[in-house]
Amino acid sequence: MSIQISAMTKRFGKTDVLRGIDLSVQKGELVALLGPSGSGKTTLLKIIAGLEWPDAGQLAVEDQDWLQLAAQDRRIGFVFQHYALFPHMSVRDNIAFGLSVRPRAERPGKSVIAAKVDELLHFLQIAHLADRYPGQLSGGQRQRVALGRALAIEPKVLLLDEPFGALDAAIRRDLRRWLRGVHEATGSTTIFVTHDQEEAFELADRVVVMGAGKIEQIGHADAIHDHPATPFVARFMGATVDLPVTLQAGRADGAGLDLTALARRALPDGAARLLVRPQDITPVPDADAPWRIVTRMSNGAHLRLVLIHPDLGEAEADVPRRAVKAEALIPDATVRLKIEGGTIFPRDQPQHATVDTPKTTPTRLESSR
Amino acid sequence: MSQTYLPGQTRQGERILIAIAVVLTLLFIVAPLAYIFVRAFSEGWRVYAQNILDPATLHAIWLTTMVAIIVVPVNVAFGVVAAWAVAKHRFPGRGILVTVIEIPFSISPIIAGICYLLLYGRQGLLGPWLQANDLQVMFALPGIVLVTMFVTAPFVAREVLPLMQAQGSEQEEAAVTLGASGWQVFRRVTLPNIRWALLYGAVLCTARAVGEFGGVSVVSGNIRGQTNTLPLHVELLFNDLNAVGAFAAASTLTLLAVVALILKAVLEGKRST
Repeated sequence: MSIQISAMTKRFGKTDVLRGIDLSVQKGELVALLGPSGSGKTTLLKIIAGLEWPDAGQLAVEDQDWLQLAAQDRRIGFVFQHYALFPHMSVRDNIAFGLSVRPRAERPGKSVIAAKVDELLHFLQIAHLADRYPGQLSGGQRQRVALGRALAIEPKVLLLDEPFGALDAAIRRDLRRWLRGVHEATGSTTIFVTHDQEEAFELADRVVVMGAGKIEQIGHADAIHDHPATPFVARFMGATVDLPVTLQAGRADGAGLDLTALARRALPDGAARLLVRPQDITPVPDADAPWRIVTRMSNGAHLRLVLIHPDLGEAEADVPRRAVKAEALIPDATVRLKIEGGTIFPRDQPQHATVDTPKTTPTRLESSR
Repeated sequence: MSQTYLPGQTRQGERILIAIAVVLTLLFIVAPLAYIFVRAFSEGWRVYAQNILDPATLHAIWLTTMVAIIVVPVNVAFGVVAAWAVAKHRFPGRGILVTVIEIPFSISPIIAGICYLLLYGRQGLLGPWLQANDLQVMFALPGIVLVTMFVTAPFVAREVLPLMQAQGSEQEEAAVTLGASGWQVFRRVTLPNIRWALLYGAVLCTARAVGEFGGVSVVSGNIRGQTNTLPLHVELLFNDLNAVGAFAAASTLTLLAVVALILKAVLEGKRST
């Protein structure tokens, strides 16, 4: 089922939770809504499910207006972050719930329901848990039951809210691969919400990055990683170091920065900002440079250096601990910063994407190596 | 309760405190209760049975049972609906509703009785209209039921509300997305989740409805064999200097209370699992 969302807004009291969302999802696609908490991604998911209602905008599924349709009639599978299993029902009854509440005329017979549940139990590899109660299951098992319950009604659209949020790292990785398999086997259109970029990129066909009620960027993992559309996306993708630079004839220059690794850019001359990941900064000892190392911490593989500039404040750099010059990078050493890669934005570009004005095309400064 | 092991002196203090608690409980709770039965049976089984089978006492037992049979289901329904509205929905006046539910707890029952008298009594606001339509509310079963209902209104809501709030609405939302209708959601998801708290509230409500004295005494008119509930009848017999009769009637109330206590203990255990 293809989903079309346009000009959708939603307020809770005085907070704008959604500020004009336009999004289309293709049939059979697996899409991630990625963003920090408070970005409106869960609200958007709940609106698609019919558990929340927008203040304005359209929601069409296969050209049918879903805002005229109650949640009961949308036939969606919704998996809650904390699963919301029915504690007084066995796993089998939980999964059968959606079939057993159908109106009598449409309800399958008892044996049909039982067969369907058995099939799902096997498909989800939880057949041995059929007679247990949710309280007796581990987090990963509950997750599977919740998914089974949602799949039992053969949903047109599968919606998952932070599906792995409550699980530990090892189980997460397993379930991620497994969910991808389930999505492919059922062929349903799937949208899931996450704040974990690794999860979004590994699992989804397309990632929708949301921030403060707006869509900041839509794209494939590589594109978002390499070409963040806004400073917000760049930061969210880990480019947390924000350095002021000056552009002249497409060349960037900045205090104590070695920007030779960055290619020329077609941006107007003047003040700009450079967003860089700490691991794309290589400090090079230089007695005349303005940056000074304040602290040096090691996590084994990497050194995290905090650097200070008398006018610009602090910046962080990650350096492999076994790098050739690492021993020289000690507190109080002065260094210049060699920038291996980053994104330049005009000084005056707002932090977030704006709805009214066309986005400035971001310019990735490729490493010339 | 977890027991903490403390140095000798403190443990001695602990023992003294426990002893005081035990003595006080015996003195103020167990002894009076036991004494009810001692006095009730002081002139033997036969006199006890005679007193219980006295038509006025039997009528009082019947009336009290009737009141409970009407009041408890109404308040169970009210409590569930009120708790459901407050816990699962946001609407204007929600805070006021929570406060209104609590009002009967903070108002002396006798004041509730007087309010009803002023409203429905012969000289009351609705008195002339009721009389014109030949409706007897005061000094009759409807008045007793109304006052008892008022006094016991918060019991079920108070038990169910915190539980519903703690459970949130996710299970209900899940049921809705699976296609369940409003009634199916309530019967198959909401109700099973609150069943023990609901029963617990119903037991408390019953105990209170059966034992209510102050409010009912204002509106019943104390007509022997007609509008005398069991607690009122006990007082009446006592004032008649029929001590054995009074204690016999009281023993039935006490038995009811003990049954309610046992049920309450059982349900509390169920609820916490």
